[in-house]
Amino acid sequence: MVRKLTLRQHDALIGLFLILPSLIIILGISLQPILSTLYFSLFEASRGINTPQTFIGLGNYVTLLTDAVFWAAIGRTLYFTLVSVGLELVLGLAIAQLIHTQPPGWRFLRTSLIIPWAVPTIVNGTMWRWIYNADYGALNGLLLQLGLINKYIPWLTKPELAMNLVILADIWHSVPFIALILQAALATLPADLEEAAAVDGANALQRFLLIRLPLLRPAILVALVIRTVEAFRVFDIIYVITNGGPAFSTVTISYLTYLETFSFGHIGRGSALSFLISLFTLVMAFVYIRILYRPEEKL
Amino acid sequence: MNKVLRTLILVMLVALVLLFIYLPVAWLVISSISTRAELLSTPIHWIPQQPTLQNYLNIFFPSQGVSEVARTFRITLWNSFVVASSVTAITLVVGSLAAYALIRLRLPFSQTMLIGIMGTRMIPEISLVIPLYIFASRLRLLNTPTILIITYLSFALPFAIWLMAAFFDTIPIELEDAARVDGCSRLQTLARIILPISAPGLVSTGLFVFLTAWDEFFFALIFTSTVAAKTVPVAIAEFTGRYVVDVGSMMTGGVLAAIPPVLFSLIFQRYIVSGLTAGAVKG
Repeated sequence: MVRKLTLRQHDALIGLFLILPSLIIILGISLQPILSTLYFSLFEASRGINTPQTFIGLGNYVTLLTDAVFWAAIGRTLYFTLVSVGLELVLGLAIAQLIHTQPPGWRFLRTSLIIPWAVPTIVNGTMWRWIYNADYGALNGLLLQLGLINKYIPWLTKPELAMNLVILADIWHSVPFIALILQAALATLPADLEEAAAVDGANALQRFLLIRLPLLRPAILVALVIRTVEAFRVFDIIYVITNGGPAFSTVTISYLTYLETFSFGHIGRGSALSFLISLFTLVMAFVYIRILYRPEEKL
Repeated sequence: MNKVLRTLILVMLVALVLLFIYLPVAWLVISSISTRAELLSTPIHWIPQQPTLQNYLNIFFPSQGVSEVARTFRITLWNSFVVASSVTAITLVVGSLAAYALIRLRLPFSQTMLIGIMGTRMIPEISLVIPLYIFASRLRLLNTPTILIITYLSFALPFAIWLMAAFFDTIPIELEDAARVDGCSRLQTLARIILPISAPGLVSTGLFVFLTAWDEFFFALIFTSTVAAKTVPVAIAEFTGRYVVDVGSMMTGGVLAAIPPVLFSLIFQRYIVSGLTAGAVKG
């Protein structure tokens, strides 16, 4: 008994030694900064990082929550998140399903999916910006040759279109991610359940909705939460394709935070904004962990 | 007949998805080997009549008169490579040790710590950037690869710990017990038994970390502004900002930036799918 206890203590000591470097790094570059951000968000500091600061408590939050600009950015972020993640999930599921039926060429398709996923986000954005180009873009060229438009359209100058074009670029990049996850999950599903259901007279749609979809639920939820967190903080692709324009129509909450902080030097308000984004992320992280840690939902 | 029709429809769907995947990539590559005159012609020359590697030559063997971004692009490639591989090396060593301790050594609060690490991985970069910027400017680390390596650890390390923990969890504990009975110490067991078996996990984790670091844009945008540390994504974003007419160089930069991650991902394909299902994310 005594020997076992010392072994345990010995293990704990080694464990501490092994984990210490990681702990120091995480505390230093994640935890400390996020607390500093919270602290900065309580101050009025509106002329850059090294300006005098006045404590105003929740003042920055009050200003934000009563500001139409803030709510407009939230609205655009929700639009981007719901539309892009929604479409990505439907298309990803469809492609996973397509691969699962193993039509001719399915291996090549599965390998090909890796390419859009691996292309760096900035390259993806640059590529689509060039495709959308008003005077020489491939989209205009293609649509004109197909006879769908009769003159070139300046796509990215139209506020009502710009966000949807960003979403299309995001779909190209992210559908493969969801398709790959779901296709891997489909491959692990037991076939006998569906066979039994088929014997009992369930048609293909019933089998899909009542058996396959519920079994896929954990994988779908994981993909959904990861993509929602990513989409809610979207920045890179907007920076490259539209720069927030035209007429602020693609200014999402992350982009607004960037503008407040680095273009206008509103450090206090920028900190408050970024802390609000963290809060949202925290909620989603909680959901994610709940999904992963419910053993009965694990496949 | 019914079966033939079904196969036909499925094949058409496959072709449709393949078109959606490859058309934009094809246009990226074609634009990089077209002359400026052909790029700016209407109607569009889908197939370049005078394909040229001039844009690639401008980047790798810059001569007078080439734009500054094109001239310095290979330096930014090198910066990206240095930053991404350093981050990968550090996170693999530091992260796998921590993951092993959390999974195998009965530390108090290991479950809580794992969940906390998971949580920090999800903190958006924008919520860390102001304090990190102040830190960097006080230590005169702005415009150095060092600050990028340090700040990239904020997302790469929790991510690597999480992935490695998932892999260590799948290794049967009996293996270790056997080694312990044979007289190996904890650290010897780790070095001789666990690490060799975990090679696939290390490859997969390393790949994901490298890709994420190669992809990273926001910290690089904020912390670097000169060629001393600027990475590829920042250089490409600068093409779109300042040199609107230089589409050829821009697309060439894009192709060059995409080649390493696409190549690695295709080579290590099977690790990617297993990593994705273990909960991995890249931008």
